[in-house]
Amino acid sequence: MSQNLPPVWSKIARHDLLPDTTHDERARFNFLANLNKHLAAVVSPGNKPAYELRVRPDFIKRKGRDFETREEVREAMKSDPHYQAWSALRRSAMEMRQQAGRSLVLRQAHELAERAAALNDGKATLELHPEMPLPPYITIMDNHLMPGSYHGELFEGDVSNAANYDAGLFVTTAGMLGRLNDGGGKAIAAYVRETYPDFKPRRILDIGCGLGHNVLPIAQAFPEAEVIAIDTGAPMLRYGHARAVALGVKNVHFIQMNCESTPFEAGSFDWVQSTMFLHETAGKAIFRIMEEVHRLLRPGGLTLHIEQPQYTPDMDLYEQFIRDWDAYYNNEPFWSKMHDIDPCDLMVHAGFRAEDFMQVGVKAVNDLANPGEKPKDEPEDHGRSPKWNVFGAWKK
Amino acid sequence: MEPVDYIKLAGTKAKGGRPYFFQDPAVERVLNITMAVAGELAVMRERMDTLERLLADKGLLDQSAIEAYVPDEAAGAERQQWHAEYIARVLRIVQQELEAMAHPEHNIPLEKIADELESL
Repeated sequence: MSQNLPPVWSKIARHDLLPDTTHDERARFNFLANLNKHLAAVVSPGNKPAYELRVRPDFIKRKGRDFETREEVREAMKSDPHYQAWSALRRSAMEMRQQAGRSLVLRQAHELAERAAALNDGKATLELHPEMPLPPYITIMDNHLMPGSYHGELFEGDVSNAANYDAGLFVTTAGMLGRLNDGGGKAIAAYVRETYPDFKPRRILDIGCGLGHNVLPIAQAFPEAEVIAIDTGAPMLRYGHARAVALGVKNVHFIQMNCESTPFEAGSFDWVQSTMFLHETAGKAIFRIMEEVHRLLRPGGLTLHIEQPQYTPDMDLYEQFIRDWDAYYNNEPFWSKMHDIDPCDLMVHAGFRAEDFMQVGVKAVNDLANPGEKPKDEPEDHGRSPKWNVFGAWKK
Repeated sequence: MEPVDYIKLAGTKAKGGRPYFFQDPAVERVLNITMAVAGELAVMRERMDTLERLLADKGLLDQSAIEAYVPDEAAGAERQQWHAEYIARVLRIVQQELEAMAHPEHNIPLEKIADELESL
C-alpha cells in the first residue's frame, strides 16, 4: 500500500527537550497530519474545477472580460461553495493543530522551562537581549496562527511556544521535512557542499533562525565553522539552544538580535543564510535586511535564501491566487506582497550585482522517505511542499 | 510558581482577524465543532486500537503499556490507513460535491429525471 500517508508522530526524532506526549496526544497529532494530507490531496484539487467550471465563466458573463488580477480571482472565489468548504476546513485544521500542540506543552510548561534552563546553564553560546525592541511586523499579529507568535512568554524562562512549534511542525508538514524537521537545512547544506566543493566558510550567519532546526544541519556539515544564529524571539532561542545542546551540536551561537541592523563588523561572514524567514518580515524591512546581509558578507561570500517562489507574469492568475491563501487565512500577511518582489531586484537594490544573482530549486532531504521509493506525483500543498525555491548571490 | 491553566490557554485565539468563509457564521461554528469532535473520535479509536492489540498480545490490560506503546512499521501503517479512511468518511459530503461539480451530467435534479421517465 503506497498512498504516501504521513508517518505516525512517534517517528519524530526524540531529543532531551522534546515535550513528553501521551498516547492520546500522539493520536491527535496523527489525526491532524492525516487531515492535512486529505485536504491537500483530495479536497484542494476541487478548487481548480470550481474556478474553471463556475467562478470564471460567471465572472466573464457578468463583467464581459476575464480576470485581470489575483485579487479579483479571490473576491470571486470567496462566494464559491467548494472554496468556502476547503478554506474553512484548512483554517479549522490549523487552529486544531495549535490547540493540540498547546494543550500538550502548556501542561508541562514549567518542566520544559526547567529542562531548557538546565541545558543552557552556564553556556556562553546563548545570548538573550530582553531590552531589544520587537519589530512592529512581528507584534502586529501572531504568525501562522501561533498564539503569542515567536516572542510570547507566559512567565520568565518560558519555552512553550517553541516546544509547540517543534512538536507540531511534523504535523503541519506531514513529516515531509524528516525526523528533525530539518529537511530545508539539510538540503541547503548538501547543495552548497556539492555545488561549491571548494567553498570553506569559516563564519556562517543564519538570520531568523527560529528554534534552529535548519541551522543545525548546516553547522554539522561545516563543523570547523563558527555558526551564529539570530532571531528576535527569546523563547525560540532559549529552546533552540537547549535543543542544539541536547543534539550535541556545539558550534552554534544563538543570539537575540534584529537582523535589520546588527553589531557585527562589515565583511565578517562567509555565508549568510535564511530559511523560510523573509516572508515573515515586511515591505521595507526586507530591503533593509538584504542591505545588512550585503554589508555583513566578505567579498567572495555567499548568501542564500530558501523562500516561496515569486509570482511571475507567466504564472497564471489562478496559480497566484491559490498560493496566496496563507496571506489572508493563515496569518502570513506579507506573503502575498512578498511574492510580487523580484528577488533579483531585491538583491541588486542591496548592492549585489545582477550577474551574481542565482535562483535554483533544491529538494528537501527527508530521512523518513522510503529508500528507493520514488515519491508519487502529489499535488503541491501551495506553500507546504518540501521542494524549496532558493535565491541568492555571491558578493563580489 | 503559578500553575498554567493549560485547558483554557490551549484554545487561545491568535492575534489577527479571523476570516469567516460561509455567509452564515453559524455554519462555520458548527463545522469547527464538528471537526474537533471528529478529531476526538479519531483519538478514541486509536486508543481502542492500542487496547485491542495489547489484549490480543498479552491477554490482560496494562495501563502503563498504553502510554509507552510505539507502533511497529506495520501497525503504524495500518493505523494511518485507518485515519485516511476515517477522514474520507467524515468528509464524504465534500467529496461528493466535488464529483457533482466535475460531472454535472450525473447531478440532474430528481424532478427533471422524474419528468423524463414519463416518456420512457
